[in-house]
Amino acid sequence: MGTNIKDTQKLIEEVLSAYPEKAQKERAKHLAANDPTGQCSSCQVKSNTKSRPGVMTVRGCAYAGAKGVVWGPVKDQITISHGPIGCGQYSWWARRNYYNGQTGIDTFGTMHITTDFKESSIVYGGDKGLYAALNELKGLFPLAKSMGILSECPVGLIGDDIEAVAKKVSTEMNMPIVPVRCEGFRGVSQSLGHHIANDSIRDHILGKGKLETSTPYDIALIGDYNIGGDAWASRKMLEELGLRVIAQWTGDASINEMGIAHLAKVNLIHCYRSMNYICRHMEEKYGIPWVEFNFFGPTKIYQSIRKIASLFDDKIKDNAEKMIEKYKPVMDAVINEFKPKLEDKKVMLYVGGLRPRHTIGAYEDLGMKVVAAGYEFGHNDDYKRTYPELKEGMVIMDDVTLYELEEFTRRLRPDMIGAGIKEKYSYHKMGVPFRQMHSWDYSGPYHGFDGFPVFARDMDMTVNSPTWDLIRRKR
Amino acid sequence: MRQIAIYGKGGIGKSTTTQNLVVGLAEAGYKCMIVGCDPKADSTRLILHRKAQTTVMDLARERGSVEDLNIEEVLIEGYRGIRCAESGGPEPGVGCAGRGVITAINFLEENGAYTEDLDFVFYDVLGDVVCGGFAMPIREGKAKEIYIVTSGEMMAMYAANNISRGILKYAQSGGVRLGGLICNARVVDKEFELISELAKQLNTQLIHFVPRDNQVQRAELRRTTVIEYTPEHPQADQYRSLAKKIAENRNFVIPTPIVMDDLEKLLMDFGILEAEEVA
Repeated sequence: MGTNIKDTQKLIEEVLSAYPEKAQKERAKHLAANDPTGQCSSCQVKSNTKSRPGVMTVRGCAYAGAKGVVWGPVKDQITISHGPIGCGQYSWWARRNYYNGQTGIDTFGTMHITTDFKESSIVYGGDKGLYAALNELKGLFPLAKSMGILSECPVGLIGDDIEAVAKKVSTEMNMPIVPVRCEGFRGVSQSLGHHIANDSIRDHILGKGKLETSTPYDIALIGDYNIGGDAWASRKMLEELGLRVIAQWTGDASINEMGIAHLAKVNLIHCYRSMNYICRHMEEKYGIPWVEFNFFGPTKIYQSIRKIASLFDDKIKDNAEKMIEKYKPVMDAVINEFKPKLEDKKVMLYVGGLRPRHTIGAYEDLGMKVVAAGYEFGHNDDYKRTYPELKEGMVIMDDVTLYELEEFTRRLRPDMIGAGIKEKYSYHKMGVPFRQMHSWDYSGPYHGFDGFPVFARDMDMTVNSPTWDLIRRKR
Repeated sequence: MRQIAIYGKGGIGKSTTTQNLVVGLAEAGYKCMIVGCDPKADSTRLILHRKAQTTVMDLARERGSVEDLNIEEVLIEGYRGIRCAESGGPEPGVGCAGRGVITAINFLEENGAYTEDLDFVFYDVLGDVVCGGFAMPIREGKAKEIYIVTSGEMMAMYAANNISRGILKYAQSGGVRLGGLICNARVVDKEFELISELAKQLNTQLIHFVPRDNQVQRAELRRTTVIEYTPEHPQADQYRSLAKKIAENRNFVIPTPIVMDDLEKLLMDFGILEAEEVA
């Protein structure tokens, strides 16, 4: 065991010493010093368990996972927040999932639609209101290809039969109506919501679409939510590689695309956490292999392009090399411009499904060091994928509390934090450079060759902004 | 003002007993109100002489929300000035009737249904206390006094014991007390002795034994109570007697629910449940 690991373990102990004994013991299981070899057993964190009452966790709920992440970006489905108004209102297009189309005509991504439960909806049940809403929506938006019913908590509590309503309306209208049982109280975080949403796609949409022609190069791009245009940047590259993207899930996705993904030759998955479920299903049922890839930063992009190309013929493999040759000078120019300004800057990451591990390479391309990484709702398989990416002795944090985050910040003195909206303003007040890494802080894309220059510029802008010195308390 | 909740197994005669007894109290000069806490809304039929009155929740559904209601629309005076309100709620199998009870009682409170001149408020609660909503009448210091309607049948006694457990919970957190058991006789063997013994074991009293009499059904068919229908009938005196006992009752206890084995033993001791049936 290296000294780095021991030092970090001591640091974690110090941070936890502020807690009562029981909390200390429990939280210790979720924090560790990284061992990239995965051999040190005390370096593995426990994950996907219930948050400790009394701490400030930033986790979301099953509804957030199903609506905010998986179903929300599907553009030609009307996604209904079924229940009282708040859940829909405060998750209203929060992730900036871009799409093409005319909103309110053939696409509905930025619209907020809810059944707006009131007291009498609880007492008498919401099924009749739901039925009326579905009919009204069909009249208002005849070009909608599907309607999704995303359950908020009360629907589960009073036992409304949304499946029966969905089935009835689906028959009457001859279109998919998708009931999604993503009540917020289910599970320990938004993660279960992803799974529930995946299952509802499997049961109601997948396998129902038709594809006129098929080619050996047909792939589906899975787990890219087109935040700030990410999926477009990725799709462009895959097409340049010579592949045909028949479906992209769920950023800028249409119901038809989601119905034909089972005809792909390979599923390429970006966000493993939120969509591995459907990939595993397609593997089992249709025999479609799936491959994880990473389009953040040139190093990982080159690796990923080659990895993807290796699944296809020589034509694609040649294209991969040509692409790398073509874009390397562009990427090098970005590095040459920004690396001198970012070299050796320390980054702390606390994000969601894939970024704590996927963006490490992009930071390293710019000469930056990730000193701590953690997931809000990761599972063991996410952490297993993270250990090798992170340097020895760096801090691994699971469902980290606000107190712990602040303490790690004081002790590790990172030059930049990448986390979510709930942490953002406390860091602003601390005068620590901060980037909202869930929705790219109103910027993007960050994926692919298009994304890296934006990423590099944004990190420079964040770390080297003179603003922070004005905020920081003078010592 | 004494607020009283009536609980008991479904179908045991809670609504019938409550209305007959309230008429007894009204006849004696007390000012009473009945709040029906059951989606079936049949707690005030014998007082108002019509099937179901406009319920709080039904009207709220029609209008959009409870804020759109006036108290006069849902609080109606019946026989001898008895005020009647029904919470109402959904048909079986949908929605949340418990929430309906909570909403309705809050509405009645906020809109001044509980006036100073009232001597008694009775809550007639749906048979099975299945969730927090049906415990509403005994929460937050509303009804401080509970009577359980039972009979000598095993499941009715079982329910009475279960309800005692609920009372025990709220007796510790609030101030609710058990006032006694009312036996609505089903003419089973040694019924009086059996329920007297059950009451003793629950640390309470058998406040009144109401014998079975078809006059109750005759009155009910005419949508009225025995006292109003046939004031001279002996059964009318039974309800007068129950009313008097409740008005004079000072015996309020924290119940001591018993375990299932003890309940079965009780039935065996009184020869109802044969030993071999248990074995």
